[in-house]
Amino acid sequence: MTSRKTRQSYGVKSAPYGFLLPAGILFALFFALPIGYAIWLSLHKVEVKGLGLGRGARSEVWAGLANYTDAVTDSELLHGALRILGYGAIVVPVMLGLALVFALMLDADRVRLAPFTRLAIFLPYAIPGVVAAMMWGFLYLPDVSPFYFLLDKLGLPQPDLLDGGPLYGAMANIAVWGGTGFNMIVIYTALRAIPAEVYEAARLDGCSQLQIALRVKIPMVAPSLVLTAFFSIIATLQVFNEPTTLKPLTNALSTTWSPLMRVYQDAFVKGDIYSAAATAVLIAVVTLVLSFGFLRAANSRTKQEEAR
Amino acid sequence: MSSSVAVRKAAPAAGTTPGTAQAPPLRRRIALAPTAVLLLGALYCLLPVAWVVIASTKSGSELFSSFTFLPGSGFTDNLKDLSAYRDGVYWKWMANSALYAGVGALLSTAVSALSGYALAVYRFRGRESIFNVLMAGVLMPPVILAVPQYLLLAKADLTDSYLSVLLPLVLSPYGIYLARIYAAAAVPPDVVEAGRMDGAGEWRIFTRVALPMMVPGLVTVFLFQFVAVWNNFLLPYIMLSDDEKFPITLGLFTLLEQGANTPALYTLVITGAFLAIVPLIALFLVIQRFWSLDLLSGAVKS
Repeated sequence: MTSRKTRQSYGVKSAPYGFLLPAGILFALFFALPIGYAIWLSLHKVEVKGLGLGRGARSEVWAGLANYTDAVTDSELLHGALRILGYGAIVVPVMLGLALVFALMLDADRVRLAPFTRLAIFLPYAIPGVVAAMMWGFLYLPDVSPFYFLLDKLGLPQPDLLDGGPLYGAMANIAVWGGTGFNMIVIYTALRAIPAEVYEAARLDGCSQLQIALRVKIPMVAPSLVLTAFFSIIATLQVFNEPTTLKPLTNALSTTWSPLMRVYQDAFVKGDIYSAAATAVLIAVVTLVLSFGFLRAANSRTKQEEAR
Repeated sequence: MSSSVAVRKAAPAAGTTPGTAQAPPLRRRIALAPTAVLLLGALYCLLPVAWVVIASTKSGSELFSSFTFLPGSGFTDNLKDLSAYRDGVYWKWMANSALYAGVGALLSTAVSALSGYALAVYRFRGRESIFNVLMAGVLMPPVILAVPQYLLLAKADLTDSYLSVLLPLVLSPYGIYLARIYAAAAVPPDVVEAGRMDGAGEWRIFTRVALPMMVPGLVTVFLFQFVAVWNNFLLPYIMLSDDEKFPITLGLFTLLEQGANTPALYTLVITGAFLAIVPLIALFLVIQRFWSLDLLSGAVKS
């Protein structure tokens, strides 16, 4: 009896570690090890002896921070970073603004067709970014696009959507289209969790629907907004699929348009995995600094408002 | 628990507030502005999909000559051309995507279920630290992972294989997070304790008692991961070079790359894009009935 009991309590103690073992192994192999390897690579370079022929002619040597200083002073990378900041400055506010508006409308009283519209707006979530970029890419092409057809019939100017300034709008539109629905659902879920009494109290105070939305609903879903913005910033700074897919359709997109495309170019086209690793680490650090910086700023602001 | 049902019922009922029982004027019954805004949003979201559906029915010449939103007459020909393209490699890509997404999501759900259950039900040293470390994975940009993953898999001679696309995606921090929340809400501690009293081992309690209770949450994890793998592009783009192993996203991309300079291939790309989204849209429409969207955003009430 006692032996069985000890065996059992031993089982209870070790069981959670056993259950977590697969996740632990996968984490070590596909998260920790690659990150460590990327950092190691970023601090090394290849030294070629003589003509670089034969065994041992190419060896990995310590490079210190040279790869990082190269990356920081690289003007093309800097321009890529600026392009992405401009792109992100459109995507994140527009996408979350639309998601918030749609969520509020879904939550409004006496609204019709809510289940249908909710599903329709959420639908792009199921469509791969590559296919979304393709569909919009064709809609941007004057030869096949219905927009250009209409502009032509109306005698209006026809801007080139795949070049210059409009290109940012065109790219941002793809991300907004793909991401609004998911964020809308997250915000809508938070709205539905607000207890009905809160609205009753506001109505008794004579608040209109609009006032309730602005003064009660939005402040109460602020945490969801912060969270969706946090993840949107991370995703936006990583943009790769959409510009890569649009590239065959326009000459205005270089192979290094976004910093992530630059990493791909360095690693797999130029074969310089060391500077690619340094750039990747740099992007990761900037992403985390920006997203957590945003989280801190947002949280301290909410605290201030609570204190007031 | 099945919170999606609650949302679906609550949405239309939200219009009938107790105070409006004494028949308000008819025009006030429908909130026009919000409905109009939502319809515009739906139109915006459905427009490219509608376009690709219609464009896929057009023959090559119709695509450039007829008005975009008029259906054409070439769908069966387009389908034939697409199936004939490089001996039907398109359907191979579709099958590959189904394989990557199906097997990947299944493995991912299993790992998430194990980990989520352990983190929710047991009290043990390092529980929160383990959870936090696993969650940090969700913040790791895929790029910093994908390049070294490729280089490491190359050392193990595993690149350009099915495994190279499957394995890196099995661990899903988000899936573990959802499974933990769901297990905490769905598996009562008393039930686990009762199982121990009956002398059942921990593994038996998990598989026979806890797992059935977690099924609705695990369906969400599976679907979420299925969509994530199906839509993935970066990883196969980096890992694969043999187009027999491509998933549909990468296959379509290579088709577009070739087609960009040959407008004759446009119809193939468009038809391919349309067929590529059909399975996901169908899946989406079937499952949205019981896919708990609340869980997707982490809101579970016990």
